[in-house]
Amino acid sequence: MTSPLQQKLKVTGPVVVTANRLGDGAVVYRTAQGNWTGDLAGAAVVTTASAATELLAAALADKLRAVDVYVAPVELTAEQQVIPGNLRERIRLNGPTIPLPGES
Amino acid sequence: MYVYDDFDRTLVEERVRDFRDQVGRRLSGELTEEEFKPLRLMNGVYLQLHAYMLRIAIPYGTLSSDQMRMLAHVARKYDRNYGHFTTRQNIQFNWIKLEQLPDAMADLARVGLHGMQTSGNCVRNITTDQWAGVAPDEIEDARIWAELLRQHLTLHPEFSFLPRKFKIALTAAAHDRAAVRVHDIGLRMHRNSAGETGFEVIVGGGLGRTPFIGKTIKPFLPKRDLLSYVEAILRTYNQYGRRDNIYKARIKILVHELGAEKFAREVEEEWQPIRNGALALEAAGVAEITQRFRYPDCPVLEDEPAELGRARAGDPRFRIWLDNAVFNHKLLGHAIVTLSLKPVGAPPGDATAQQMDAIADLADRYSHGEIRVGHEQNLVLPHVAQRDLPALWRALDTIGVATPNVGLVSDIIACPGLDYCSLANARSIPVAEEITRRFKDLDLARSLGRLHINISGCINACGHHHIGHIGILGVEKNGEEYYQVTIGGRADDAARLGTILGPAVPYGEIADVVEDIAAAYLELRERPDEHFIHTFERVGVEPFKERVYAAG
Amino acid sequence: MPLVKAGRIVDDRFVRVLDDAPVPDDVPIILPAARLLADARELVLRRAPTGVVWPNDRRIAELAPYLDWIALVALVFPSFRDGRAYSQARLLRERHRFGGELRATGQILRDQFLFLQRAGFDAFEVTKDRDAAAFVEAVRRYSVFYQPTGDGRTSTLTARLARGAPSRGQRGLVR
Repeated sequence: MTSPLQQKLKVTGPVVVTANRLGDGAVVYRTAQGNWTGDLAGAAVVTTASAATELLAAALADKLRAVDVYVAPVELTAEQQVIPGNLRERIRLNGPTIPLPGES
Repeated sequence: MYVYDDFDRTLVEERVRDFRDQVGRRLSGELTEEEFKPLRLMNGVYLQLHAYMLRIAIPYGTLSSDQMRMLAHVARKYDRNYGHFTTRQNIQFNWIKLEQLPDAMADLARVGLHGMQTSGNCVRNITTDQWAGVAPDEIEDARIWAELLRQHLTLHPEFSFLPRKFKIALTAAAHDRAAVRVHDIGLRMHRNSAGETGFEVIVGGGLGRTPFIGKTIKPFLPKRDLLSYVEAILRTYNQYGRRDNIYKARIKILVHELGAEKFAREVEEEWQPIRNGALALEAAGVAEITQRFRYPDCPVLEDEPAELGRARAGDPRFRIWLDNAVFNHKLLGHAIVTLSLKPVGAPPGDATAQQMDAIADLADRYSHGEIRVGHEQNLVLPHVAQRDLPALWRALDTIGVATPNVGLVSDIIACPGLDYCSLANARSIPVAEEITRRFKDLDLARSLGRLHINISGCINACGHHHIGHIGILGVEKNGEEYYQVTIGGRADDAARLGTILGPAVPYGEIADVVEDIAAAYLELRERPDEHFIHTFERVGVEPFKERVYAAG
Repeated sequence: MPLVKAGRIVDDRFVRVLDDAPVPDDVPIILPAARLLADARELVLRRAPTGVVWPNDRRIAELAPYLDWIALVALVFPSFRDGRAYSQARLLRERHRFGGELRATGQILRDQFLFLQRAGFDAFEVTKDRDAAAFVEAVRRYSVFYQPTGDGRTSTLTARLARGAPSRGQRGLVR
């Protein structure tokens, strides 16, 4: 769970490009159309270092909408659903693993 | 507590307008993220895993009831109805939108609250003993000196771009509750043999990747010289602190690499030309600030009033809470009350907006409108009349801040960890919650006595794990959460870093290890009143190691 | 990169001389530090003003012997986050009483103008045109200054004490 922002680009499985939306800090994923979505199902999934580099470069250039852009691992379930590829990404998508104060 | 005058208010308002303009320039793209990030950090705005986080300064941990109500308002209006009190007497809101931050800051400014310098490479919130002003063992109110320093170091043009963050703590009590020996500058007020009051100046303490206990570079600094001497330290650090490597950029590294004596000489050389200049604190300057410190008009009261004795005798739950969470006040008939923000199974240090409002009302009713925030992430009502304790307790119990676990094993200090923080390797909150569940039996917790657990989710050590009696550090091994355990750390006058117990253990086992350490302590202690830390000091780490790792 | 002095964008009358290039006569020049130190004996005889770029990792004390005839000192912010030159500036102005032009160079952005001015800089090689045009507005952002520096602005302590002394009325507040 070392911050991926410090890691060199190495693609060993399916990945997405993710960031935080500038205006509100929400977790977003880069789409194939060059936009950002909060829905992981809508994210562009790539599997090679060159595709990831290209996707990342386009996302990094989009400075007005997203910050702290990086490549994150995902997994494909048996039903070809895209899910986060590690605990950090699960937490980013789903929120803290404990109930927030005031919730039971 | 310090009451703002129009100068203080104007500065905070000007800061809000400045930040609003900066946010506007960021959103329009005129400022890049690289240019904007240090500016937002200097206003306490982080970007975490899910959202922006706003850290608000609570100078030396003192809050008015109106300020607490404003924090509740911000939690409700801009966040998710709760806030988190930190180990540096700040409060954090985890879900604020950048677009709304200027408005939130404008609201906070109305009661003199702000996020100035709660992050970034500048001087951070200056912390003190949360009992300053009311502790029986203090020689004077350290907060006056903290306020003098705070003003001097706010938007200081020379020291706003230091090599790294800079943390200062003060204590003026016999017992150091402010952990001054693990700060970049620690200031210990004391009396010299001539009976004069001054500061022992300790530099280069700190936790994190390379923890150090600070070194004394000036055993006795007269009060008059406080600002000029701190200026000299900061100027030396600003010029010679390393800027090539963020892990070697704190002053503790500079002090270590130069040696304390050489560092002290550099400071002295920087200090001599300025000690009698504009920064010399003459009586008029000190009186000027002191006159804006308002102290409550506490009535003269009888110690141990009859109604207190009756309640103590009549209600075992009240008696247990009284013995645990209520402390002696310097004035007869009064008490210092700790509100535990560590209920079993909940995130340590969090309070809901509803709780904040209720606590503000109780502060008005029972504590002359004043609240304190402790670096152990609990709150304090500092001016309670002993005769009000039964009624206060019932009210605190209703709002869930009367768990009688202050200072006990379930009074855990923890950073937010991987559930929130983008720097973390592992989660800390669920670990804390599980540990509190294992020790929810209050008889067991009481039998273990004073036992401080500190949890950090990464090496940055925001949970201060190095100085925990039991310290837990989250690390990553092959994509899994692991935890390294230390024991025997302490933060006070006998400050010491913890000793590693053994190999790191996985998430599923860490609570078991803590239970094993507790069991080992019960077996090893000489008497029931030998505290955990003293048992460790007597027997060392080996007996604990044997028992914990043999249990496997 | 626009040069701002006295709140306005101005032409730079100083010419930068690179390491080994010949020094022109009768032209204000800015030299690298090594050049100044090596050729000081000749340079002091120049009729036209001589300035120096002083790196942010060398002690100002080394420059002190030359300050009575140097016309300009340029200090360096390699990144706006590297704040060493703020200390250097204050030492030059307040310790060594340097009265010449004190120029901020490197990455100089709008949000540092006021800090720079308070530290003693009076000339700014501003990175962005838009920031240069906003100089006057930027340094007027704040009216409250807790700490005294050499810039002449009244600190809050001075203002408060002046206000507090009843016999002096409000006069002491005016600057």
